Amino acid sequence: MQQIINFLIRNKHFFLFAFLLALSLAFTIQSHSYHRSRFVNSANFFSGGVYTSVSNLQNYFKLTEYNEQLLQENASLRERLQDYDESKTTLGNIDNIKNAIEIDSANQYQFIPAQVINNSYSKADNFITIRGGKNDSIQRDLGVITSKGIVGITDKSSSDFCTVLSMLNSNFTTNAKLKSSEHFGTVQWDGKDPNRIQIIDMQQQAPVKIGDTIETSGKSAIFPKGIPIGTIESFDLDQSKNFYILSVKLLNDMTSLGHVYVIKNKFKDEIKALENRDNE
Amino acid sequence: MNNNLILLIIRFIGLMTLQIFIFNHINLFGYINPYPYVLFLLVFPFMANRSLYILIAFFTGITLDMFGNSGGIHAAACLFLAYLRPYALRFAFGVSYEYNAIKLSKVGFYERFVFISVMVIIHHLILFLLEVFNITDILYTLNKTLVTSIFTIILCMVINILLSRRKE
Repeated sequence: MQQIINFLIRNKHFFLFAFLLALSLAFTIQSHSYHRSRFVNSANFFSGGVYTSVSNLQNYFKLTEYNEQLLQENASLRERLQDYDESKTTLGNIDNIKNAIEIDSANQYQFIPAQVINNSYSKADNFITIRGGKNDSIQRDLGVITSKGIVGITDKSSSDFCTVLSMLNSNFTTNAKLKSSEHFGTVQWDGKDPNRIQIIDMQQQAPVKIGDTIETSGKSAIFPKGIPIGTIESFDLDQSKNFYILSVKLLNDMTSLGHVYVIKNKFKDEIKALENRDNE
Repeated sequence: MNNNLILLIIRFIGLMTLQIFIFNHINLFGYINPYPYVLFLLVFPFMANRSLYILIAFFTGITLDMFGNSGGIHAAACLFLAYLRPYALRFAFGVSYEYNAIKLSKVGFYERFVFISVMVIIHHLILFLLEVFNITDILYTLNKTLVTSIFTIILCMVINILLSRRKE
């Protein structure tokens, strides 16, 4: 017994090192598996508060840019509003009725504005921290978009802050489809270029053309249908020769994010419950 | 003694602030972010209690992980750095390190450079191995380690020389 204690005391540095190393490796492995609770994250009072105060300062320098983005968004919304009004007044043909129904069903989604206070894009797994948490009814697994396209999915939230699993993260996946047809694939990031993502498992029959737009498919209950993602830059068959791999240029500039919207799906719990029942 | 403690705290807060708000957002060539915060651990008093030093290294790393949402990669890399520092000191400064209390500001440029380079490369290698976490991308990892290390070493040397000049 004495010898064991002596041995422990003699090697105490090593044991301390090994213990802390095991702890940090556990954190690391946890961070590489999607949807495990992360102990150490930036959605806490301390780092969130520090990020907020600094981003408040930085925002002054970006006001022109944000204003321009808002103006553009307003313009496109006004255009859509005009379409909507027109389709309402001339409910003559089938297409217009369809359009009107589609717009009405969009009420299923609630949009919560939030502000990006920290953003990263050069790592293999990137996260964004936003100001807005449980107090603004932002929870985990909600879609995050800007006016130009999708950004990510919310991950951990505290009362005032929330981390977002960025599209530029190896754990991020969502369904995407071609704008011109209903063929869909899975969005992934290969960890290299922050302006390009990959879409795998796209059916070979799909009419893929360079320059076509890719948008969300609405299959996942996180993102509504039809939110743009990017344009096809190149495509190739994968190893099985049955599916396309597409390289997509993002419409969103992930390196410069200011204001974002968090999307809340009113029927998400209902859809989830139904799907879980199917699985059992 | 008290003075030293205050100096350490100032150095810690200063380097961490610089790291989190400036160096984490440099993104040179799209993917290079230097990590000069390791300098805090490199110049940490050589004669300090080793267990305390290891604990402080862990704390330093976990703080950066918290701000960067990176799990525990900085903590692990800092721990390796802290645990291996005595060996690197012996490697860079020879036996003289064991007999007299040397200070990094007192040794020659070449030895200082060797010491900082060895430590930074070890730190970055572990950091990026854990960050990429995929052995098939080993070439990408090594490439990133090499390029980032060069950048970090230059920054560390510059900061170190600037700060040690002032004291003389």
